[in-house]
Amino acid sequence: MSLDLPATGCRDTPVLKQRGQREVFCGLTGIIWLHRKMQDAFFLVVGSRTCAHLLQAAAGVMIFAEPRFGTAILEEKDLAGLADANVELDREVGRLLARRPDIRQLFLVGSCPSEVIKLDLARAAERLNGQHSPHVRVYNYSGSGIETTFTQGEDACLAAMVPSLPATTARELLIVGALPDVVEDQALNLLRALGIPVTRTLPAHRHSELPAVGENTVFALVQPFLGDTHAALTRRGARHIPAPFPFGEEGTTAWLRAVAEEFGVSRDHFEAVTAAPRARAQKAIAAAALTLSGKSVFFFPDSQLEIPLARFLTRECGMTAIEVGTPYLQTGIVGPDLDMLAEGPTISEGQDVDLQLDRARAARPDLTVCGLGLANPLEAEGLSTKWAIELVFTPVHFYEQAGDLASLFARPLRRKAILSQGASA
Amino acid sequence: MKLTLWTYEGPTHVGAMRVATAMKGLHYVLHAPQGDTYADLLFTMIERRNHRPPVTYTTFQARDLGGDTANLFKDAAREAYNRFKPQAMIVGASCTAELIQDDPGGLAQALGLPIPVIPLDLPSYQRKENFGADETFLQIVRALARPMARTEAITCNLLGATGLGFRHRDDVAEVTKLLGLMGITVNVCAPMGATPHDITRMGAAHFNVLLYPETGEAAARYLEKTCNQPFTKAVPIGVGATRDFLHEISGITGISAKVDETGLRLPWWSASVDSTYLTGKRVYIFGDATHVMAAARIAATEIGFEVVGMGCYNREYARPMRTAAKAYGLEALISDDYLEVEADIARLQPEMILGTQMERHIGKRLGIPCAVISAPVHVQDFPARYSPQMGFEGANVIFDTWIHPLVMGLEEHLLTMFREDFEFHDGAGASHHGGKAQSRPETPVEPVEASGGDISGQMNDTGAPGDPAWLPDAERELRKIPFFVRGKAKRNTEKYAAERGMAAISVDTLYEAKAHYAR
Repeated sequence: MSLDLPATGCRDTPVLKQRGQREVFCGLTGIIWLHRKMQDAFFLVVGSRTCAHLLQAAAGVMIFAEPRFGTAILEEKDLAGLADANVELDREVGRLLARRPDIRQLFLVGSCPSEVIKLDLARAAERLNGQHSPHVRVYNYSGSGIETTFTQGEDACLAAMVPSLPATTARELLIVGALPDVVEDQALNLLRALGIPVTRTLPAHRHSELPAVGENTVFALVQPFLGDTHAALTRRGARHIPAPFPFGEEGTTAWLRAVAEEFGVSRDHFEAVTAAPRARAQKAIAAAALTLSGKSVFFFPDSQLEIPLARFLTRECGMTAIEVGTPYLQTGIVGPDLDMLAEGPTISEGQDVDLQLDRARAARPDLTVCGLGLANPLEAEGLSTKWAIELVFTPVHFYEQAGDLASLFARPLRRKAILSQGASA
Repeated sequence: MKLTLWTYEGPTHVGAMRVATAMKGLHYVLHAPQGDTYADLLFTMIERRNHRPPVTYTTFQARDLGGDTANLFKDAAREAYNRFKPQAMIVGASCTAELIQDDPGGLAQALGLPIPVIPLDLPSYQRKENFGADETFLQIVRALARPMARTEAITCNLLGATGLGFRHRDDVAEVTKLLGLMGITVNVCAPMGATPHDITRMGAAHFNVLLYPETGEAAARYLEKTCNQPFTKAVPIGVGATRDFLHEISGITGISAKVDETGLRLPWWSASVDSTYLTGKRVYIFGDATHVMAAARIAATEIGFEVVGMGCYNREYARPMRTAAKAYGLEALISDDYLEVEADIARLQPEMILGTQMERHIGKRLGIPCAVISAPVHVQDFPARYSPQMGFEGANVIFDTWIHPLVMGLEEHLLTMFREDFEFHDGAGASHHGGKAQSRPETPVEPVEASGGDISGQMNDTGAPGDPAWLPDAERELRKIPFFVRGKAKRNTEKYAAERGMAAISVDTLYEAKAHYAR
């Protein structure tokens, strides 16, 4: 099967770039899912009270089991002299590791204040590695809002792990990007059924399960925001398998096919393995598409999932995209999705939130995908919204979740229909 | 540097946002990186606000740092003025912008906007959210309020209600109603609902009602000095405090404090026989100082609980908090470290916690019921229904809210009498709460090893060497005590045995201790 590409896709569409207020999370937010995914890792943000408050607010309902993340809050005296801050950091890390002997990986996460005062967390990580290895591996990355937007935090985290991954010459497939456990298992089962020899994942649940990497490694991304990780793996000699992202039946099939072709899986075997889950996915999507078909959608920039999701909603659910905003447009990674997205929508990168709100209000889309700060105000103006953050907190990849993904978008529309009937009765 | 997992208070600029968002016609231009825009969702999600907070963030990035972040600020301020046309503007920096020292106040003044521009200086690395709100409100009042002729009729201002406050919306309505019973009308309620123009006429009121010292005291003191307006010290949470409040106003205005108390039910609800089961229940109280001090008085004198521990997270009020605790023979815990609060609660084994959402989680972990009395807030703290904490209706609401998490009177007796019933056993929890009732395991209480096992349910206190050990019989007996008093019984017995240097606790020790602590 070859993909049924539109005559003109969006790869060459001129991109609207405006500079103004960006209404987005910083990269620290990724800690909320990464600390659950990596079960022996602790994320120590070196930052301010604002960072701690953000993590608490982003976690929404407070997950109150002692979390595997925390904030070392910089105080007045730390800002006075940097040598002092390093001593204080060593002390806090020592205390933390003493209290949590189960921790095998420690991420020192840079924040806006730590970047501005130029606290050198790379050197701190090196120093702490000297003190705590081999029991604990210490990494550092920046999740600061002056350098990273939302999901870029995961990218920075994974990229930080790549240089120290063990080397291998084995021909292995590496799946890159944090997936919910159930989805990861499904993906691995599909790849196993296709007969793909050895598949590893980054991130792994535990330090001891981290993959090795080398020039015979090929890797496939399951998240579109992993540009730095892509570059870091390429530097280790690994080769990327470009593909549309595995959202929806079509995206999943295209993604699997790209991997299958790399490993020489026969067309018949591919059809045999994927036929049943594909049919299930199509059936599940069709149910939600009844609600979505013919409706318009407007994406505010949030997670970088916007391009692949717009491709899914327009091609598999019958929606029309008015604007697809993304914090960063990494054409090298989402190129295959851009090719499949028919021309028409405005593609915008970055944000001036007030101007973008003006455009959304003028267009009055049937569904607006946006962040939590904008959703209720837009609902109050009569626009139906989908919280973008739910898309990174919910299992949405691969065949068995394709229907769930579609119904995440359908639910706000269904709710609106129900409530408007109820009010008029 | 201090390691923090969860925080009671946000940063200072979130305090400023609470003031700005509560007001109308005011705009806040905040020099801050993009990540700080998360704060919008506190208001739009937790409080379900249907408008964006009136805040413009400059969202500078790393690449701007070497260049011109100052111009970025000026552009943002100018565009915010043109777009939102506010009556006044507050300008300031978040923690990161404080480090780059662009002086938002000076930059904004240089724009020559035709409205008052009020600079905020909120030290992010020293202070916290409540200070930020209090200081912001003070600066707005200082910039805009002036002494002026008083209104003919007796009026007052209500001070301190903000966005994201614990039941501020309903407290303002209830106190307005209460003042109405005395024939006093509200001149300006601020920050909540006020415009900058309203602030300019605050001087016309005869006195100020300070609803929340945490977020309004600095402004109240300033107005006392410059506009010669006395302010109320009693916070009307609880029956006694509400009556004190009315008397205080009577002293200021000369109007009689006698008001219609028809709707007040708490006193009879406490006095009716069903409430006997509340008498002497041991409660632990933690939150902001104002709500904790008020709750302690209600608990101790209006419901008949025993206050076994209390404290607050806002250090600014440590002194009045310590004084209040002394009245109950307690040493107040002043801490913003929830692990310390958790340890204190675990040590004291109260039968109930009155706290914040943090203590609600602590209670869940320790198996102790909890009612929420204070910020920090959660989406649950913004109920659709009217539920003030202040005034007489507030007292009614408090009675209901506090009693709800407890096991009810007759049920408590039945659990005590037939605690081994296979369906109606203490592991099933209170019958009016959600959660699936679990039948009691078929196996009878199995013998426990000498180490004692986990007899308190959730507690993981490993007894220090030298502590008296529970003998198997005594431990089995302890397990028969209903869960809501088991912690107390365990603690009292151990204390009793330790004080007498006993090495082992037998069934007799358990009952000797029970008799010793009988009340």
